[in-house]
Amino acid sequence: MSESEDILLELEAVTIKFGGVVALDDVSMTIKKGEILGLIGPNGAGKTTCFNVITGVYAATSGTISLDGKSLAKRKRYQITKLGIARTFQNIRLFPSMSALDNVLVGADVHSKVGLLRALFRTPYFRRVEPENKRRAVELLELVGVGAQPDEISVNLSYGDQRRLEIARALATNPKLICLDEPAAGFNPAEKLRLMDLIRQIRDLGFTVLVVEHDMKLVMGVCDRIVVLEFGRKIAEGTPSEIQKNPAVIAAYLGTEEADDDAA
Amino acid sequence: MNNIISGLRARLAPVADRVGTALEPVGRVLGMKSVKYPLRTVGVLLIYALPILHLPLINTENSDFSGVLFTVGTYVLVALGLNIVIGYAGLLDLGYVGFYAVGAYTVGVVTSEHGQWPFFLALPLALVVTMASGVLLGAPTLRVRGDYLAIVTMGFGEIIRIVARNTDWLGGAGGINSIPSPPDIGPEEGLFQIPHLSWQYGYPTIDDRVTKVLHFGVLDATPYFWMILTTIILVICADMLIKNSRVGRAWEATREDEDVAELMGVPTFKFKLLAFAMGACIGGLAGAMYATRVGFINPPSFPLMLSLLFVAAVVIGGAGNRWGAILGAVIVAYLPERFREFADWRLLVFGIALIVIVSFRTQGLFPGRQKKRVAQAEKEVQKLEEGAEIV
Ligand SMILES: Nc1ncnc2c1ncn2[C@@H]1O[C@H](COP(=O)(O)OP(=O)(O)O)[C@@H](O)[C@H]1O
Ligand SMILES: [Mg+2]
Repeated sequence: MSESEDILLELEAVTIKFGGVVALDDVSMTIKKGEILGLIGPNGAGKTTCFNVITGVYAATSGTISLDGKSLAKRKRYQITKLGIARTFQNIRLFPSMSALDNVLVGADVHSKVGLLRALFRTPYFRRVEPENKRRAVELLELVGVGAQPDEISVNLSYGDQRRLEIARALATNPKLICLDEPAAGFNPAEKLRLMDLIRQIRDLGFTVLVVEHDMKLVMGVCDRIVVLEFGRKIAEGTPSEIQKNPAVIAAYLGTEEADDDAA
Repeated sequence: MNNIISGLRARLAPVADRVGTALEPVGRVLGMKSVKYPLRTVGVLLIYALPILHLPLINTENSDFSGVLFTVGTYVLVALGLNIVIGYAGLLDLGYVGFYAVGAYTVGVVTSEHGQWPFFLALPLALVVTMASGVLLGAPTLRVRGDYLAIVTMGFGEIIRIVARNTDWLGGAGGINSIPSPPDIGPEEGLFQIPHLSWQYGYPTIDDRVTKVLHFGVLDATPYFWMILTTIILVICADMLIKNSRVGRAWEATREDEDVAELMGVPTFKFKLLAFAMGACIGGLAGAMYATRVGFINPPSFPLMLSLLFVAAVVIGGAGNRWGAILGAVIVAYLPERFREFADWRLLVFGIALIVIVSFRTQGLFPGRQKKRVAQAEKEVQKLEEGAEIV
């Protein structure tokens, strides 16, 4: 396999400005098929913004993004999802009064062609696709560990289940790349361990994973490679052990932590 | 209130079970699976029989009961359509009367003003025209959200009325007269005739009034009621099929969080437009039936007030639940006819009722089970947060 075939997502010199704030400054990076890439950096470094530009929430001020060699510019958000990028949110954003199963089904519906007429006449296509999607949704609920309450509306689920349900919903779109924005936020150590297992499991199922996370143990333990952002700029890239030794990272990232400790 | 209802339900459940069991063989012959279906069939038949049973208490003594039932039917149909727009897709449409008017005017134009089409040919045309008007209004406006959409749609309702008043081709301020009834089906005296009941001291006797089946006269509204009831049943079936599919889920997801829906692959604009077009279509259907029943329409028949009453029907019942919307429509349309003495107070009473409902039962009288649970969960979270503050 040649190198270019290996690359799933490519950001080339992406810059985003919000008025005077440069949230991403000339960032280039690649994600290879089948890897788990960690994206780290202090608060406000631009990690979520990076997700937003990849999924089409914001248009890059300059630079290009391509998935499997196809440019994502000028594509609508739902088209990007259909093309193969799905995400979760730093602040949980489920469809609150829909059941857990229906939340996942919305994701699974991406590739369905069921419209008004197919629904109204319950065509053979409908009778094949809808039960199939439902079966897959139930499987995904079980994979992430929310299988016990498929009919519970999502606001009634526990905090951790809601976070995991978001992962199931994203997986249901059958993405090439799944982007997890701080999936372990608010988790206790046991839950974090289970999440690490889940992330590895997701990769083993053939998905490529991009994960933003603050918990260093989790990031170092699960990622194949790590990209570090600071003030919107990429300051380092490499394997977990390389990153841990990188002086720029220690200064910028771990250094601030020490500074915080000093302040406290 | 809740205690009374649950008590009643507990007392009625065994009775209903017994009726259901007794009817099970009937259901089995008809190829129905569960006890529910025969029960439902009996319920539906009872509703069909309402205009000839003239049940005491329900009957309106001062105005033609069949006519009242037909009016209630138009409101129910409208509420079902508006429930798709407001309840499912979450689009506040305050100009729904516009679609009702477009349906009525389409029928008026092709059956009376500019043609002699039979009603049953004009009806599909009215559907197409209202659906097109829904798309025409929706395409430019559904990109705006929330309150803005409410204002734009309200404007649409007014524009339709004003255009009708100022367009001679549409009859101008005088409106359109002598819109024909639907053509009779079967012989002059009707396919067969059904006598009405009347009640004296609690006992029914057979009346000398008869309804000619499928014979749409001016005097007897019963066949019209049967026509609209049949339409309502078909619309409910379509509603259930669509709601329980990708389309229904896409609507709900859009209502809950439009941005996230889009990010999860829902083409939200397309589905909002679909909800709008479907809603328009059902509103137009109601308008078309109204036109052929009353035989005369003019611009003041379609005031802004009617739009607000339609919204009230959906909201009182509980937006998002089709049975709630139906109940709301029955309340809004039937009570003022039943209690004519108080008809002048109608707006005041609805105003107060709306305020009370919005303050005390934010989800409507008859919310979906899911919504109830959301409200409950939100309350619990609120309690937790309040507790946290004290700590
Ligand atoms: N929509 C926006 N408008 C203005 N500034 C924004 C917007 N989104 C993000 N930013 C700014 O971009 C920077 C990066 O934010 P973000 O990507 O959320 O950081 P994080 O790495 O913590 O996820 C912050 O300074 C933030 O204030
Ligand atoms: Mg962030």
